[in-house]
Amino acid sequence: MNKPVSPDDLITDEDGPLYAPRRKLYPQSVSGRFRSIKWRLMVLCLGVYYLLPFARWNRGLGAPDQAVLIDFPNHRFYFFFIELWPQEIYYFTGLLVLAALSLFLMNALGGRIWCGYLCPQTVWTDLFYAVERLVEGDRRAQIKADAGPMTAGRAGRRVLKHAIWLMIAWWTGGAWVLYFADAPTLVRDLATLQAPAIAYVWIGMLTASTYLLAGYMREQVCVYMCPWPRIQAALTDELALNVTYKYDRGEPRCSVKKAFDIRALGKNAGDCIDCNQCVAVCPTGIDIRDGAQLGCIQCGLCIDACDAVMTKVGRKTGLIGYDNDVNVQRRVAGKGEIFKPVRARTVVYAGLITAVCAMMVYALMSRTLLDVNVLHDRNPIAVRLSDGAIRNGYTLRFLNKRAFDRVIAIDVDGPADAKLHVIGVDAVTPDRPSIVLARDATTEARVLVMAPFDEKAEKSVPVTFRITDIGLGEVASATDHFVLP
Amino acid sequence: MSEHNEIDHVSGRSTTGHEWDGIKELNTPLPRWWVLTFYATIVWAIGYWVVYPAWPLVSGYTSGLFQYSTRASVATDLADLEKLRGQKMAVLGSASLADIEKEPALLALARARGKTVFADNCAPCHGSGGAGAKGYPNLNDDDWLWGGSLDQIMQTIQFGARSGHAKTHEGQMLAFGRDGVLKKDEIVTVANYVRSLSGLSTAPKFDAAAGKKIFTENCTSCHGDNGKGNQELGAPNLADRIWLYGSDEETLVETITNGRAGVMPAWVGRLDPLTVKALAVYVHSLGGGR
Repeated sequence: MNKPVSPDDLITDEDGPLYAPRRKLYPQSVSGRFRSIKWRLMVLCLGVYYLLPFARWNRGLGAPDQAVLIDFPNHRFYFFFIELWPQEIYYFTGLLVLAALSLFLMNALGGRIWCGYLCPQTVWTDLFYAVERLVEGDRRAQIKADAGPMTAGRAGRRVLKHAIWLMIAWWTGGAWVLYFADAPTLVRDLATLQAPAIAYVWIGMLTASTYLLAGYMREQVCVYMCPWPRIQAALTDELALNVTYKYDRGEPRCSVKKAFDIRALGKNAGDCIDCNQCVAVCPTGIDIRDGAQLGCIQCGLCIDACDAVMTKVGRKTGLIGYDNDVNVQRRVAGKGEIFKPVRARTVVYAGLITAVCAMMVYALMSRTLLDVNVLHDRNPIAVRLSDGAIRNGYTLRFLNKRAFDRVIAIDVDGPADAKLHVIGVDAVTPDRPSIVLARDATTEARVLVMAPFDEKAEKSVPVTFRITDIGLGEVASATDHFVLP
Repeated sequence: MSEHNEIDHVSGRSTTGHEWDGIKELNTPLPRWWVLTFYATIVWAIGYWVVYPAWPLVSGYTSGLFQYSTRASVATDLADLEKLRGQKMAVLGSASLADIEKEPALLALARARGKTVFADNCAPCHGSGGAGAKGYPNLNDDDWLWGGSLDQIMQTIQFGARSGHAKTHEGQMLAFGRDGVLKKDEIVTVANYVRSLSGLSTAPKFDAAAGKKIFTENCTSCHGDNGKGNQELGAPNLADRIWLYGSDEETLVETITNGRAGVMPAWVGRLDPLTVKALAVYVHSLGGGR
């Protein structure tokens, strides 16, 4: 007799289907240690995100006073006491490297800490769920309402929920654009419809993405879109702590009463009473008791749910907790638990983080605030003058990263008896022309170097332009070549 | 398709009724959003035909309600650019050439504008960097036929040399040989004499006294007693190290025999006054002028 084959059997392996249509989740509210950690982190993360653009930082007259500002029109990035120019974009590379290494370190220590507590997708989804429960009631009320007919009250609550969601989403997009312009001014312009169109476009896009990602796609982002769960699985090791159902203690599952009977017979009964609270509170709708899995963002809410139940039935808490398979096996074998946060993997990650931090701090401390670049004329490379002397033309570009104008003197060191002429500068001090560099800007000058023709001189000799800040004494130099025709 | 309600027992879905060797095709309709998007594109296309140029006709096309044309759009953009440029360049109008060169912001503006104009109009003869070529002066050096001050450069750009414009520079090197003024051997002698003015080697049997006599009688009226030239006439300095056509005897003989009269066109009327101003500053800044 042929057993009917279900289509799920055809596309399913033991890890679950590759894709399943989304079923709506109704995570139940929960309270406890991890929930309160999550609330606090949510307030911190959102508070920083929404309020940081309004922080002020005095940089002197004429410079923006916003603490964190990405100034695209003027090509500057401000972060409190740091001001970066576009060519210093490598600091962001450093930050990205640090972010990746920190992610690896978190992963080696406590699993998906980022996913469970800090990821924007988690934080905003958590907030949207909280709003949903506030307006439509907790898990049971929502399930019941969804199963029943649409009533006026239910429709009203639904409208209210979406309205609040959209407001949060709109505020999220609004805060985003504030990082790119003076926040108080932009807020006023936005309110009076004077802001540039691009600001409204970005607010619209981020409102839409926040609303969709936190209101609708939710755990699907983590399960189907995000690459980190896959990478994380490849980077973890057996000693990393993860949110784990301690099946050595929990299995076999049975009700309190049944466990009492079984234990009375001297047989083994697990602590798990199969109340499904861990599943009910899960924001990604998984069952932690199935073991480590891709869908688990390790937010710790099942720990809170289980601890509450264990307390209620008078059993030890921690049936679900930060643990790993090594310890489960060791307990089964009657050995003691091991906890090794310091091991080769974490030491290497921490060492790399320290090294990258040190490099970045050093680079930042030692970076030059006065610089000069030189570009030799391409055509003609050298010019013969009427008295037989040779002249080469150069373009010098000076960088003044300080917040004030300054005067520099230019010296040239190259062929014997070389003379310098800067176009547009009067020859008051012909051998040491000086020019003014505008604050926080680059200045370009065309410079001519003349030297008497010497039959025996080499075809090309190095020429160095040295600039000296007359007030501060800072120097910078750039070297090119003086070429004979 | 005919009435067909067969349900595939494996998947529980209906089939299309098509069957090949016992293999049946499941009825998997396109997703509704896809179909709606497709219909929307059709509606969009019809709207597009109405408002934009779409259909070719025998001698033309349907121009659409918007009367859109890429050519007109480019013309508008160019007009906008000219307007914007005019606003930016206006500051050059009130400043003198010397002021422009001394004020860094104006100098940068004039050089930027001058550079593009030079590349578009001057580079074919003078080279992209103004290095010149045989017969086309190098603008980077300090030897100027018609003067290297800012005003003189601007004068030359505006009216050219031997350009036919009423205010152009005039003056030319006569064809002493072709016109029968000097004989062949006299030309060779004076060519060697000219070489000696800037310390170049001369032919072994060269008669310096004869050369000087020929030079004094024929050349000094333009080139001066010592061959230092005369910028009023565009007569080059023959005693320096810079040669427009070449300093070897053969070239000099050719120059003296047939004369020279290189032409620089007049740019007044072809370039607007502010552009000429920017160009003058740019050329002057190439080598610092005189």
